[in-house]
Amino acid sequence: MIGYALTFGFGAISLALLMNLWCIFRRAGVLDRVLAVDTMVINVIALIILYGINESTPVYFEAALIFAMFGFVSTVAYCKFVLRGDIIE
Amino acid sequence: MKEEARKPLGRGQRWIPHPLLTLLLIGIWILLQNSFSVAHLLLGIALGIIFPLMTASFWPDRPNVHNYGKALAYFVMVVGDIVVANIEVARLILFAKVADLHTCWVRVPLELTSPEAITLFAGTITMTPGTVSCDLSADGRSLLVHCLNEPDPEAAVQRMKSRYEARLMEIFT
Amino acid sequence: MTLFVEILVSVLIVVSALFLLVGSWGMIRMPDLMTRLHAPTKATTLGVGGALLASITYFSVFEGQFTAHELLISMFLFLTAPITAQFLAKAHMHRNLDPVRDVPRAGEHGWSTYEAPAPSEVADAGDRHH
Repeated sequence: MIGYALTFGFGAISLALLMNLWCIFRRAGVLDRVLAVDTMVINVIALIILYGINESTPVYFEAALIFAMFGFVSTVAYCKFVLRGDIIE
Repeated sequence: MKEEARKPLGRGQRWIPHPLLTLLLIGIWILLQNSFSVAHLLLGIALGIIFPLMTASFWPDRPNVHNYGKALAYFVMVVGDIVVANIEVARLILFAKVADLHTCWVRVPLELTSPEAITLFAGTITMTPGTVSCDLSADGRSLLVHCLNEPDPEAAVQRMKSRYEARLMEIFT
Repeated sequence: MTLFVEILVSVLIVVSALFLLVGSWGMIRMPDLMTRLHAPTKATTLGVGGALLASITYFSVFEGQFTAHELLISMFLFLTAPITAQFLAKAHMHRNLDPVRDVPRAGEHGWSTYEAPAPSEVADAGDRHH
């Protein structure tokens, strides 16, 4: 039963990732794209976790943790750049 | 609170400026290793002492939490609210007509003064039903909040103040 | 017992995937950036939170090992989601919104995105460093 749920989860998250890609390609503003990338990172984290359950190994969690950190730092750096024209003042 | 911060620091306070942060770092290090051993604990303690010392200049004040029981109750309440908020926002996204949404900006006047409490309040507002905190005023006395669907802005301000800010006032101060 | 846990894990996975889908759908559907901001910040926290809860349950019941990394990931996401949202909102205000027309007044001083910190606040912050 978990197998079916995981298949559904992979499908739904892949669809969500495609929607995010659509936003990145079609939206006008920079910030919309930053938001789309941020959402994409969160979706990918969920995908990695579900893959970890699928393979029943916990090694992927560290990848997910690093992904979470990079996503956060990149979003903040981008917004900071838009706000101040500089990242580290 | 101010007088306390201006007192010269004792030796213990100089080497471990933030005891809670130190404990938190040790805990996170052990969780990150996913196994417990004396070696991990020692390395965790070393990191827990070094990192607060390195970053001490970013944290001039200590957050003074007075009531840890109430802080825990607040945390549980916010987690419950987050679940409700998720369902509510999902319902709006799926079924509400975009033209029917009452989006609005509101200004929430703040009674909280300590930066830690204001940060927690803003974070709580962002995570709970249909509201995102966007900006703090230059004098630090009000918060700019965007509501996704709020026919009555005044009531929303009152709800945020009574539900979250009043409790945070009891936890801090 | 294992059947019950299996059902629980499956339900958690399905619910979290649905929330992630709704979050991304909201980003396409909503009309402007501020309303779009609501969709991912909320829907994704429960989405990832549900997946992490499913993973904790699965590993502790079927594999017999408790992994704490999920707790760290969810804690990190819950701490950072409001910060990301606020930064995006501030950048949006800075680029696209007019401080007088689009945003309510902040009282005596303006919002910090448009104005430098008020003089009293600066003196106060300077005091605290000594």
